[in-house]
Amino acid sequence: MERNSLWLFAGIGALLLLATLVGRLLKRRSGAAPNPVIDNLNARINAWWVMVLVIGSAFLFGNIGVILLFYCVSFYALREFMTLTPTRRSDYPALVAAFYFALPMQYLLIALDWYGLFAIFIPVYLFLLLPILASLGGDTTRFLERAAEVQWGLMIAVYCISSVPALLTLEIPGYEGRNLLLIAWLILVVQISDVLQYVCGKLFGTRKIAPQLSPSKTLEGFLGGVALASLIGALLYWITPFAFWQAALLALLVNLLGFAGGLVMSAIKRDRGVKDWGHMIEGHGGMLDRLDSVCFAAPVFFHFVRYWWA
Amino acid sequence: MLASLAAFAITSGARLLTGARALWLGCTAQPVQRLYFANHSSHGDFVLLWASLPAELRRSTRPVAGADYWLTGSVRRYLIQRVFNAVLVDRQRASPDSNPLQPMLDALDRGDSLILFPEGTRNLEAGLLPFKSGLYHLARTRPGVELIPVWIANLNRVMPKGRALPLPLLCTLSFGAPLAYLEEEGKAAFLERARNALLALAPEEI
Repeated sequence: MERNSLWLFAGIGALLLLATLVGRLLKRRSGAAPNPVIDNLNARINAWWVMVLVIGSAFLFGNIGVILLFYCVSFYALREFMTLTPTRRSDYPALVAAFYFALPMQYLLIALDWYGLFAIFIPVYLFLLLPILASLGGDTTRFLERAAEVQWGLMIAVYCISSVPALLTLEIPGYEGRNLLLIAWLILVVQISDVLQYVCGKLFGTRKIAPQLSPSKTLEGFLGGVALASLIGALLYWITPFAFWQAALLALLVNLLGFAGGLVMSAIKRDRGVKDWGHMIEGHGGMLDRLDSVCFAAPVFFHFVRYWWA
Repeated sequence: MLASLAAFAITSGARLLTGARALWLGCTAQPVQRLYFANHSSHGDFVLLWASLPAELRRSTRPVAGADYWLTGSVRRYLIQRVFNAVLVDRQRASPDSNPLQPMLDALDRGDSLILFPEGTRNLEAGLLPFKSGLYHLARTRPGVELIPVWIANLNRVMPKGRALPLPLLCTLSFGAPLAYLEEEGKAAFLERARNALLALAPEEI
């Protein structure tokens, strides 16, 4: 790891240490009785330690480590999405193609640095292949709905998430060999925006911003979280190829997209009658609960950087 | 040694593939003698139920399986007898005067717990088939055994009938409250009550 990465991870570690101390202190003050909000906060902080450790170890292995990490992330996200999606028996071939063909292929294309196919593989080829496979089953019940669900799951869980490691393939003049930091910046800004929206919402939140979709999101949380996270993104410009003001604007963009992603993914959960996508991350829910904002922010960020910087 | 290694590999594989989550809703995982009865939609049902039990319960819990299917072929025979330590029942009733429940009664008398699929065969549709009467006779003659309904959700999507490659979707196992055997209740009423208790654990279709 280069010096900037070490500083970054040291900073994150210090932040988590502070959060852990605050969490323990709150727990001590609230007494021995279980307090759902504080207990959930502490579970979230503990899970953050694990997530930062996993990402940090992937970074130690360099590009391949990060590509493999996001392959696993996509796998867990796709599995959560497809589990909640009511497919029928004749969707089996399409689901096999999604899990065992599209998913590995998308990450292989990143590892091979084949941008031309990476960008259209799922939106064009899989978009056509999946309904073909589904039609061979001969079952027309809710056909369009089923075809759309599998396609949507692949776009969100595989295509969108794979835009994060795809940042490694960009050749940015003057930034050679440091693309891992660009990934760190994106993940950090989007996730810290989620955290700060949660914190600002818990501290100052009164007006619900989307009561039908996500009852816990408030206007105060949204404004405070996005503004603070964009400021942090701007202050971290030294690990990116951007100038201070560019970093601020890009951080604002990914934070707004991340917020919108949270709303869209919440709408799907409400429709399916569940509160969380899964249960693999203690306190947070499933993989998609943690990554809904990244899903929407990453592809747009990737293409912005590719268009203006690479 | 080989058998316990195989058991470890199979249960870990099943849990990894399905992310099996056991929800102990009506009871807790305790070492008391039990008869787990579950819905049956896939050959993997008993493996997953068995795998989702804590290790100390797994040792004394034996699946009930059809001898006609499992005794054909040496791999199947090894798996069912040595790895899963199953209670094999004769579904075809070769000799008319033999009691097909006898192997299960013997196992219960030895103190083992059982995993039973009272539908008798795999059900590929939603819901449950009518229950076979074996569950009733076991409950009546061995009233000390706790009857626990277990709903296995999603495994039919993981391993659809006739497909070789499983899909890595998430499965949930809901363990319900023990079902009491009531003296005055008849066979049909008991089986209907048991079936409803199991159906009540199924997630609502949206």
